[in-house]
Amino acid sequence: MAITGVMRPGHVAIRVLELAPAVHHYTKVLGLIEVARDEKKKRVYLKAWDEHDHHSVVLREADEAGMDYMGWKVDSPATLKSLAKNIEDSGLCQDLEWIPAGEHPETGERFRFTIPTGHLMELYADKKYVGNGCGTDGQNINPDPWPDGLQGIAPSRYDHCLLYGDDLDGTVKLFCEVLGFKVAEKIVTKADPNFMIGAFLTCSNKAHDVAFIRQPVKGKFHHASFELGSWEKVLRAGDILSRNKTSIDIGPTRHGITRGETIYFFDPSGNRNEVFAGGYIHYPDKPAITWYDETLGPAIFYHDRKLNEAFLSVFT
Amino acid sequence: MAHQVTIESTGEVFGCAEDVHVLAAMEQARCHGIPVGCRNGGCGACKVRITAGHSQTRKMNRAVVSAAEEAEGVVLACKAYPRSDLAVQVLGRVWQSTKTSQSKSPSAGFSWTTPIPQPGKET
Repeated sequence: MAITGVMRPGHVAIRVLELAPAVHHYTKVLGLIEVARDEKKKRVYLKAWDEHDHHSVVLREADEAGMDYMGWKVDSPATLKSLAKNIEDSGLCQDLEWIPAGEHPETGERFRFTIPTGHLMELYADKKYVGNGCGTDGQNINPDPWPDGLQGIAPSRYDHCLLYGDDLDGTVKLFCEVLGFKVAEKIVTKADPNFMIGAFLTCSNKAHDVAFIRQPVKGKFHHASFELGSWEKVLRAGDILSRNKTSIDIGPTRHGITRGETIYFFDPSGNRNEVFAGGYIHYPDKPAITWYDETLGPAIFYHDRKLNEAFLSVFT
Repeated sequence: MAHQVTIESTGEVFGCAEDVHVLAAMEQARCHGIPVGCRNGGCGACKVRITAGHSQTRKMNRAVVSAAEEAEGVVLACKAYPRSDLAVQVLGRVWQSTKTSQSKSPSAGFSWTTPIPQPGKET
C-alpha cells in the first residue's frame, strides 16, 4: 500500500504563556526556523529544516499552555472532502467546521473536528511548498545533505504527538476505521487484553504518527516530538539542553515502544518536547505489538524499567 | 537577598534569593517537599499556597491556577520569587508512580494519578 489518504502530521499548534521566550526556545534551542509571524493573533509559524511545506509548528500566546490542535496533511483536495464527509457520517466527532484558506498563512482550507478524547484535529490538502534549502542550483537540484546556518538541536522534522484523553476506544476507532490508520503498538491490561490503555497509531511507514494514552482528562497534551538522524544527535541534544539550562524531563534513554532513542524536555511554558532517533519501519501487514500494563515501565523507558514521576502526571 | 522558605508538610527550610524561583532553590537545597514537574509554569505539579510572606510571580498556566486562586495566594513554586520569608502549603499533584513500585500488586510500577477506568466499567 502506498501512503495515501492521510499522509502525515503536518502541523501542531501549541499554546505558550509568553511568546518571546517560547520563540527563543523553539528557534535557538530546539532549532526550528521561524517562517512567519501574525502579530495580531500573537502567532509565530516555524518549520524544521528538512520539511518542504511552509510551516509545521504554530506557537500562540495564551493564558493556558497546551495544544490548540494537530493538523494532518492529506493527499488531495478530493480526499479532504471525502474524509470530511466520512468523519461527519461516523458520528464520532463534534464541532465540525471548515477553516477558510489563508487562516494559516500559505495554507488551504482546513476541516476541523473534535475527537472522542477531546483533542482538536484538522485535515488539509494544501500548504505552500517552500523547500528545504538544500539545493545548490535551485530547489532540489544537486542538493547538499543539510543546509548551512542551522541552530540548536535542529531536528529534521516534526514527527508526532502523544496525547492524553479519556475515550481512547472512540479515538482509536476514528483513526483506524475512518482515517485509515493502523495500530502499530498498544498497551493493554493483562487481565483484559481488550482494554487498551495506550495506542500508538501510524498512517505511514513510521512507527507512530500519533499516540494516545487513556487518562481521565479531555484534550491534554503530553508532548510533540521531532526527529533526529542518530543516537549521537540525541546525546548532542542533551548537551545543548543542559548548556541552555532547559528543564529536562528524562533522557537520553530508549523507549521500549517503537524502540526510539529519546530525550524529553520542557518548553518555557511547560509543554513537553521530545527529540528522538531510530525506531522501525512500519508496513501495513506488520502485526500490532502488545505491551501489558505490568510492563509499562520498560515499554516507556526501557533502561530504567519504570516510569519517572512525571510521565503520567505532567502534561498541559 | 536570600529569604527563608519553609515547606509546612515536611518542615524543610531552605534559602531562596529574590531572583531565583522557589522550586529551583528547593532543588538546589536537595529538599523534596514540593513535587517537581515541568519547572516552567505549565503542569501545576508544584502548586502551593503561600501561608506566610509574599512573593512576586510570573505568568502561570490559567488551566492549573485560576485567577481566584492566585488572588488568595496560590502560586506555582516554579513561578514564585520570594520578597520575604515564606511558608508554603503543598497543593500540587501527589505522585504515585514510583511509590507503588515496591508493592506486590499486579500493576506494580505504575499507577495513574487518578484511578483509570477499569475494564467493564466503561460508559
